[in-house]
Amino acid sequence: MTVKIVLREREFEVRAGMTLLDALKKCDVLPESVIATRAGELILEDEILKDGEVVKLVAVISGGGYDAM
Amino acid sequence: MRCRKCGEKAAINMRQHKLALCKDHYLQWLPEQTERFIQKYQMFGRDEKVLVAVSGGKDSLSLWDILVQLGYAVDGLYLGLGIDGGVQYSAESHRLAQKFAVEHGLRLLVVDIEQQYGNTIPALSQLSHRGHGKPCSVCGLAKRHEMNRIARDLGYHVLATGHNLDDEAAVLFGNTLTWAGEYMLRQGPVLPAADGLARKVKPLCRFYEREMAAYALLRGIEYIYEECPHAVGSTSIYYKEVLNQLENARPGAKLTFYLRFLEARSNGLFAKQDAVMQTLHACPECGQPTSAPGLCSFCRMIEKTRVSPTL
Repeated sequence: MTVKIVLREREFEVRAGMTLLDALKKCDVLPESVIATRAGELILEDEILKDGEVVKLVAVISGGGYDAM
Repeated sequence: MRCRKCGEKAAINMRQHKLALCKDHYLQWLPEQTERFIQKYQMFGRDEKVLVAVSGGKDSLSLWDILVQLGYAVDGLYLGLGIDGGVQYSAESHRLAQKFAVEHGLRLLVVDIEQQYGNTIPALSQLSHRGHGKPCSVCGLAKRHEMNRIARDLGYHVLATGHNLDDEAAVLFGNTLTWAGEYMLRQGPVLPAADGLARKVKPLCRFYEREMAAYALLRGIEYIYEECPHAVGSTSIYYKEVLNQLENARPGAKLTFYLRFLEARSNGLFAKQDAVMQTLHACPECGQPTSAPGLCSFCRMIEKTRVSPTL
C-alpha cells in the first residue's frame, strides 16, 4: 500500500491514502518548490494518493542561469 | 480543489490570490494577466518590434509563446554560450529554442559567443579571471552586452526577458541584505531606453516561478529542465529557497515583498533617479554606453582574453 514519489534522481515511498501535501511533508519537500504530476496530469495538494501510483515532482526553481540576468 | 470559474477539477492553486483554476482557464488567465501588466507598466505597444531573449528554459519560451498569442510582433534571440558541463547544456537549450521556433513558425536569431568572440563563456571566464572561476559573472556581462547590441543594431524597440517574480524577489532580497540602493533604483518591470541602451521589460515579473512552470507543462512546451551546471549551489537559488520557506508559511509574502518595493520606490523612498545618474560615455569599440571613459567592461574583457600570455 505505497505510493512512489520521484524528484529528479531521488525516490521516496509513502503510505497510500495520505494527501499530496502530507506526502510532500513526509519527504521533506517544500510544496512551493515543485509541481506534482500523475500520469501527465497536474495534481494539487489535497489529492488523496492511491496504492501503486507514481507521482513525479517537477522542480520549478532555476537560477543563476540564462534566465536570471 | 475546483476551478473557481467552471467548477471542473483544478490544475493549479495560487494561494497568494486564493485562486484555483482548471487547465483551460489557467491557460486563458495567464496571458490575460500578462497583457494587463504590459499595459499597467507601459512596457510596449502593438506597433513596436519586440525581441525576446530565449534560453530554452520554461520562462523565456513561455514568454515568447504568450506574446505571440497576444498578437505582438516578437522575434527570439538565442545566445550560444558554449556551456557543456557534461550535459551538453548549451547544445540542448539551443535545440529546444530552435524546435519551438520551427514549430510555431517564428524567427529565432542566434549569436554564438565563441564564433563571435573566439571563446566560449567558460573559456572567457578562465582567461579573464573574472568571477574567480565561476563563469556566472562573465555570462551575465556577455548576455547584457549582446542582447543590447542585437536589439540596437537590428532596430528592435524593446528587449523582453523572462524574469519571473521569484527571480525579482531573489535579486531584491540580495540587494536588501546589502542595502545596495543603486541597484534597487534600477530594478523594476521596465528599464527605460537610454542613449545606446534598448528599453528592457519583464512581462512575467508578477508571476511565481511555480506558475510559469505550470504554464509550460500545461501548454506542452518542451523546455530545458536541467539546471545550468554553473548555477548549482548559486546564491540566487539559495535566496529563492529561503523566500519559498517564507511563502510556505505566509502565502503571498514574495508578491507583497516585490510589489511593496515597487510602490516604495515610486513613492521616492530611495534616492531620486537624477541624484545618482551618472554621465555615460560611448565605448570606442562597440559604441555602447559605459560609466567611465574608455572601453566598456565587456570590450575590456574581450581585449584581455585576446592577448596571449608571454610568460
